[in-house]
Amino acid sequence: MANPRDYLYTKDHEWVRVIDGTARIGITEYAQNELGDVVFVELPAPELIVEEGEGFAVVESVKAVSDIYAPVSGTVKAVNEALEDSPELVNESPFDEGWIAELEINDESQLKDLMTADEYDALLEEV
Amino acid sequence: MATRSQIPLIFEHSSRGRRGYRYPALDVPETALDELIPAEHQRQQPPQLPEVSEVEVVRHFTGLSRLNHGVDVGFYPLGSCTMKYNPKVNEDCARMSGYMHLHPYQPAETVQGALALMHRLQSYLSDLAGLHETTLQPAAGAHGELTGLMIMRAFHKANGEDGMRKEMIIPDSAHGTNPASAKMVNYQVREVPSDDRGGVDVDALRAMVGPQTAGLMLTNPNTLGLFDENICEIQKIIHEAGGLLYYDGANANAIMGYVRAGDMGFDIVHFNLHKTFSTPHGGGGPGSGPIAVSQRLAPFLPEPIVAEQHGEFFFKRPSQSIGRVKSFYGNFGVLVRAYAYIRSLGEQGLKDVSETAVLHANYLMRNLQPYYELPYDRHCMHEFVLSGSRQKAHGVRTMDVAKRLLDYGVHAPTVYFPLNVEESIMVEPTETETLTTLDTFIGAMKEIAREAEESPDVVCNAPYETPVRRLDEAQAARKPILRWTPEH
Repeated sequence: MANPRDYLYTKDHEWVRVIDGTARIGITEYAQNELGDVVFVELPAPELIVEEGEGFAVVESVKAVSDIYAPVSGTVKAVNEALEDSPELVNESPFDEGWIAELEINDESQLKDLMTADEYDALLEEV
Repeated sequence: MATRSQIPLIFEHSSRGRRGYRYPALDVPETALDELIPAEHQRQQPPQLPEVSEVEVVRHFTGLSRLNHGVDVGFYPLGSCTMKYNPKVNEDCARMSGYMHLHPYQPAETVQGALALMHRLQSYLSDLAGLHETTLQPAAGAHGELTGLMIMRAFHKANGEDGMRKEMIIPDSAHGTNPASAKMVNYQVREVPSDDRGGVDVDALRAMVGPQTAGLMLTNPNTLGLFDENICEIQKIIHEAGGLLYYDGANANAIMGYVRAGDMGFDIVHFNLHKTFSTPHGGGGPGSGPIAVSQRLAPFLPEPIVAEQHGEFFFKRPSQSIGRVKSFYGNFGVLVRAYAYIRSLGEQGLKDVSETAVLHANYLMRNLQPYYELPYDRHCMHEFVLSGSRQKAHGVRTMDVAKRLLDYGVHAPTVYFPLNVEESIMVEPTETETLTTLDTFIGAMKEIAREAEESPDVVCNAPYETPVRRLDEAQAARKPILRWTPEH
């Protein structure tokens, strides 16, 4: 599964899709494959204010429990409630139906620190 | 007869009116139920308990136990868990009537022998830790961690520093219980990375400490099975910042009698009696996680501890005690077993345990190194971590290797831990195995590595020889069925 070209990426294998000042966040195909079957996603509370780099959600697989870090600072505006009953969406559709949360971005300049799809592809080449 | 994979539940053995026991005729006046329990608290329907005979119960559970794998059945190299053999002499001692038939409410003067045992065990563990005083109360390793961190907080509070010391530093290779325990006492967890030799990155640690540092939790050797040679520097950095050092004793089997946590600069240590001191582990528990502390922390120990004066033993409350952490006096039967273990081995025997455990681990590591990636190529302590990265290239994951090992009658090693090694496999053979067993394990691992290259499907579909084939672990976690209902 190719990494969507219009998304941004982090070194922790999360993706960000920016739509009108809102950052939709999920984990990448590579991340879901490394984690294995996801069995539980702990979603953040609505209106939670998070700082860049802060853990604000948790993805639990049969192998490990991993924090999801906020790629940018912001306020939680939406969470993917479908994951409560169907955490497997993270495995089946990591870039689309398996999204985790949406943040209202505080400071758009932080987006410059994220990787483009090309840069993320290059990172995956190295691992 | 049912096949091994179709074993009915005990409920499904039930047959109306069948019983295992009949009460004798009532020889006291009967009291009406309503006089004992108000009507609104009485259940309306009888509970749906299985109605079975005694022999059915015995056969059912004996049958289940025969499907189980335990250290009395086969090799159990579960890393960081120290699944060593539990010598039967421990059981003989724990069954002595003077220990077995005690009641926790008995007055201290009637249980002097039991208190003497506890007092001596406290002192042996203090000696092994190189620290001042020990409590036997905590019921498990993680409980010891929690108790230790509560003592740490009480210490900072007594110094008026609890408000500012909010951070607990924990290495990225730590046992998962460490950050969990830190959270339980309301510390913020800061993760310190490992350096390229697998130890704590000292420069990163130095940049992290300050007046906000409550302490550091460390296991040495760490979960990679590597001894951190910078421990003196590490303890200096933490102590100079005003923090305390907690030693996770899960890996104490590597160092008994050779190096003491107190001499390394640690302030608090927990021992897992169910690991290092050969008491039953896992389902055979319960566990026991005594902690030893330095002199300045001793006043904060939980109550009671056993003290002695003029040959008389009694329970004592330390002056600034954090209070009770468990009912009564810890898991006493486990303490008896650990005491028996220490006394049957003696000082030199315990040193030999660690030496042999380390030798066994290195023997396995060097014999497996040609077949599995060894991320940190240095002598290990009592355990070591391989990576399944070479097998992954053939589409075989570490989980598959672990499942295939079951076909060879071996309990799988710890997998996917520690988290800082890709596809990790963590092996701890312990000192109690013979060379023959170690060689058999090496043979199995070699064979699996060959299969992974030549016929990966064989490994990916394992196990074949177990009572059940590969279970759907994801489904079990996502939609667990936790209790029996008549519909199932």
